[in-house]
Amino acid sequence: MSAPARQVATGDRAILPEGAKTIPIYVMGKRYEVPETLTIMKAMEYAGFKFLRGAGCRGGVCGACPTVYRKEGDYKLYFGLACQTVVEPNMYLAQIPFYPANRAVFDIEKIEPVAESIHALYPELFRCVACNNCTKACPMHVEVLDYISAIKQGDIARAAKLSFDCIQCGMCASRCMGELPQYHIAQLVRRIYGKYIQPRAEHLEKRVAQIESGRYDKVLDDLQKMSHAELEKIYKEREREPDMAPLGTWMPKDTQYL
Amino acid sequence: MKVSYYPGCTLKTKAKNLEEAAVASMAALGVEFQELSRWNCCGAVHSLADDDLIHHVAPIRDLIRAMDQGSDKVVTLCSMCYNTLARSNLLMRNDEVKRKTINDFMTEETDYHGEVDVVHFLNFLRDMVGWDTLRSRIKVPLNGLKIASYYGCTLVRPKDVAIEPVGERIMNEFVEAIGAVPVDFAASTVCCGSYQVLAHPEAVADVIGRIIESASAAGAEALILSCPLCEYNLAKKQDELVRNGKIAGKLPVFYFTQLLAIALGLGPESYRLDLSDVSAIECLKARNFPVESAAATA
Repeated sequence: MSAPARQVATGDRAILPEGAKTIPIYVMGKRYEVPETLTIMKAMEYAGFKFLRGAGCRGGVCGACPTVYRKEGDYKLYFGLACQTVVEPNMYLAQIPFYPANRAVFDIEKIEPVAESIHALYPELFRCVACNNCTKACPMHVEVLDYISAIKQGDIARAAKLSFDCIQCGMCASRCMGELPQYHIAQLVRRIYGKYIQPRAEHLEKRVAQIESGRYDKVLDDLQKMSHAELEKIYKEREREPDMAPLGTWMPKDTQYL
Repeated sequence: MKVSYYPGCTLKTKAKNLEEAAVASMAALGVEFQELSRWNCCGAVHSLADDDLIHHVAPIRDLIRAMDQGSDKVVTLCSMCYNTLARSNLLMRNDEVKRKTINDFMTEETDYHGEVDVVHFLNFLRDMVGWDTLRSRIKVPLNGLKIASYYGCTLVRPKDVAIEPVGERIMNEFVEAIGAVPVDFAASTVCCGSYQVLAHPEAVADVIGRIIESASAAGAEALILSCPLCEYNLAKKQDELVRNGKIAGKLPVFYFTQLLAIALGLGPESYRLDLSDVSAIECLKARNFPVESAAATA
């Protein structure tokens, strides 16, 4: 009887493939041998760490797992999300799940949607020396200096668009010599942009009004009264927009609910 | 003609009248000001002490942006931005050691050695447009208006970045080109007090009072300048100075670009007198120049 294959739990239950190569990484200064195919997050779990904070969506959008790392023989600091970044040999890792950056209190209903409101809530904006460390620290490759510059220039729309991919991880603030909380300022900017500046979607308002007027009440009532078999039948026979259909080219044959 | 243009933050917020008048005037003269597609603060919010290299990073990054988009020249309007950009440019041209330090620090950018010329708009008008061309395009000559040209510090100091090598003639030449009468006065390069207005408002009130009185005593009916901070001190403080008896009466203050736009016959949405102290439009109306106040469009 041969020995059972070595099984290793990573995260939920990842299995180390037979013969998988391991590499050394350093977590908070201590060396661990981990499979070379894992992300930083799974490698740390493989090494025995359990994430209580600093792990969220595991899909690269929530911003909970920013990691600062350095590579052997390279003075540069690198930044990545632990759930997205694959380990490299001799990485030195530190997790920064939270950063103590200043966050101003505001009432979105009362704020005046002008740049001066943002300047007043975050006067530290004008401590920026354009060193660009914020941009270099962003794991999402947001042009942080450019959106900070846009805010100083009073261009709320440009700042909102430039900062759109921000996941609020705070690495920009961690590297800022002017002690700016870039990501909190950008969130305020996007809230002002969304509420006061971005045009409203007219078709959405129209559709909400149609729903509220009772236009779809009967069809919904009918659906609720149908048997399982009837529902299954109309579900299978439903018209469906083809995948990848160019925008605006497809129309259903039955247009009574449009 | 197209030319790269660096605006500066204040011209996008508190000094739209300085910028909009200039951009519209240039369009009228067939010059397209192309704003840099990426730019940040000129760096003027911090001192440029010799050993304080980090504060050169912002202006140099702007010059790299201009170089990267293929420009060998960048025009700017605000005196403070001009001074900051020009001084950092000089450093990058002349100081090999500091140039290397800064280029090594900004590893993510193209190395810079002072390839781009920083040009103040007054120099651009004189050298690239020409006073004769400008004179030939004037539709509303400001005949008889006696104008004092205020340089302050940053257009003329330090002398290595002064907008002209000797004397203060260029603004007088501008005044003549738009049909007005230049008035020399002793305080044209006296500092307006700058940011000291926050920490020492009394001392600044004294110095502004002396500048205004010097221009008025020389017979000026208006004063022109090119710096939003000078404008704040010299124009927006005058009511207070009159109340405190530091000046006998108000002296209207304009950005020189506003008078350029008016003389070129452009509309109120260009020269934006609505953003200036009311004494400015009153001064021109009293002399029957055809000016209007634009309803705020912002």
